[in-house]
Amino acid sequence: MTPEVLAVRDVTVTYGRRAVLQVGRLGVRSGEVLTIVGHNGAGKSTLLRVLALLEVPTRGTVSFAGAPVQYRPATLLALRRRMASVFQAPLLCDTTVFGNVALGLRFRGLPAREVERRVRPWLERFGIARMASRSARTLSGGEAQRTSLARAFVLEPDVLFLDEPFGALDPPTREGLLLDLASVLRESAVTTVFVTHDRSEALMLGDRVAVVMEGRVVQVDAPDRVFSAPATEEVARFVGADTIVPGVVRERRDELCVVAVGNGTIEVHSDALPGDSLLVCLRPEDVVIARASVPSASTSMRNALLGKIRRIIPLGVVVRVDIDAGFELRAFISKQSWHDLHLAEGEEVRASFKTTAVHVIRRHGAS
Amino acid sequence: MELIWQGTVQAFWLILRGDPEVMRIMWLSLSVSGIATMLSLLLGIPIGTAIGLTRFPARSLMLSLVNTGMGLPPVVVGLFVSIFLWRSGPLGFLHLLYTPSAIVIAQFILAFPVVTGLTVAAMQQLDPRLRMQLQSLGASRSQVLWQLLREARLAMLAAVMGAFGSVISEIGASMMVGGNILGYTRVLTTATVLETAKGNFDVAIALSVILLSITFVINWALTAMQQRGAHR
Repeated sequence: MTPEVLAVRDVTVTYGRRAVLQVGRLGVRSGEVLTIVGHNGAGKSTLLRVLALLEVPTRGTVSFAGAPVQYRPATLLALRRRMASVFQAPLLCDTTVFGNVALGLRFRGLPAREVERRVRPWLERFGIARMASRSARTLSGGEAQRTSLARAFVLEPDVLFLDEPFGALDPPTREGLLLDLASVLRESAVTTVFVTHDRSEALMLGDRVAVVMEGRVVQVDAPDRVFSAPATEEVARFVGADTIVPGVVRERRDELCVVAVGNGTIEVHSDALPGDSLLVCLRPEDVVIARASVPSASTSMRNALLGKIRRIIPLGVVVRVDIDAGFELRAFISKQSWHDLHLAEGEEVRASFKTTAVHVIRRHGAS
Repeated sequence: MELIWQGTVQAFWLILRGDPEVMRIMWLSLSVSGIATMLSLLLGIPIGTAIGLTRFPARSLMLSLVNTGMGLPPVVVGLFVSIFLWRSGPLGFLHLLYTPSAIVIAQFILAFPVVTGLTVAAMQQLDPRLRMQLQSLGASRSQVLWQLLREARLAMLAAVMGAFGSVISEIGASMMVGGNILGYTRVLTTATVLETAKGNFDVAIALSVILLSITFVINWALTAMQQRGAHR
């Protein structure tokens, strides 16, 4: 396995009497992009600050390259000089764009020529070379964040920390910068810890995803694992499984379990036994709907539930349809199919989905 | 009106002629207030930075004291410095009373809280997250402090202007601890008072014009520096 550059062990951070972070174990592997996702206030940024040695944990150890970190000024400075961070606010200094990007190199006492030689390519890489001599105060939000990113990358750190770097940007600016960052990260192969509350950013950039909920790391996995097999109900909700319903296993048929949910039964892949309680999670984009009167044509969809449309909410490119199938079942359909099907609230529909689209979570303490 | 006009003409005449007495008074005012301002910057900036950037138990008490000190009446300072420097006072052995050094001490006491208070304000208006950002870029403790002071430099110039302005124009302390001795401790403000009392309004106005001009030129230079920084 790839060695871990950074690791935290039994780390607790308390503010006053409130524990904001409690992590048993989490490592950052060399060369990976580890995204830390979670809701606002979940403790993601605190975890980042602890990893970046910008905050001393109340208890526990942080290790860098296998050795526990000693919180002494000289040691911290030496280790911090092998890292770099970008935060949500660009936090630029009152000097030129060049001066900002050069800041960390100057802290390290590099001669002016060397600073110039190293800064230029990164100005180019982030598309800010033509504004090198402009005052940082005159930059737009996107330009300022590009400067902040260049300022971190120019240090060629062993570990790079990005704390919601796109959080304050408007969507078009964010998209442009996200694509640039993705390619820079791929090329430079720098070990990165990326904090975000945005699922798509986590999916796009992360080699692994750590989900933080209420100060605890609840799941660490490859992005598609976290998204297709969330460990808990909260993670399932966070990753977009809008339909989460309790069910009980009725019987087993080979690989499949027949589970009673709402007014009907569905088949799912699980090794659960009859009588077991489960949570059935389903993403709205995996649900197909048709009028109940039209006979089912699809053969690949083994699960079909009848229900009545409770609500239709157009969400731009997709339309959200909430169906009462004995429980609330949510589907996303395209605007086109919404028009083609002439769906209206109160109508009877058949909601179908594949057995593989369903993720089940075993309920603890259940029989 | 006539009086003001005559005084103004007289002022220019005194300056142009390079009247030795006026020049000496002007020079003393500038050097005494300049040194007092420098000393207050040397001590006030580090202390103001410390109060502005750290949290400690007596912080708000200290800040209240500093803010009170910003409005310290010069005569009160003059009184206490006189008592301390009095021949039989605790610092009487230094024989400083009625010397330019005594004025420097009194003006330093007046300027120090101004510099400290404005430095605290300058530090507090910085984004508190900037410190962490600088640390994360590998800045040492002193590099962080230096960078923060650089960030606050425009507001810091206000501290310089505020301190110098308050001491060059004060009279109570200079009068009491300096004694307005001709050719030795007479400064622009004390000379103005004396000339007014003697009924020499033209000379008094001339001295006032000089005082105003000095204050204006220095503030103009500092403001130009500040605004050039602001518009870069």
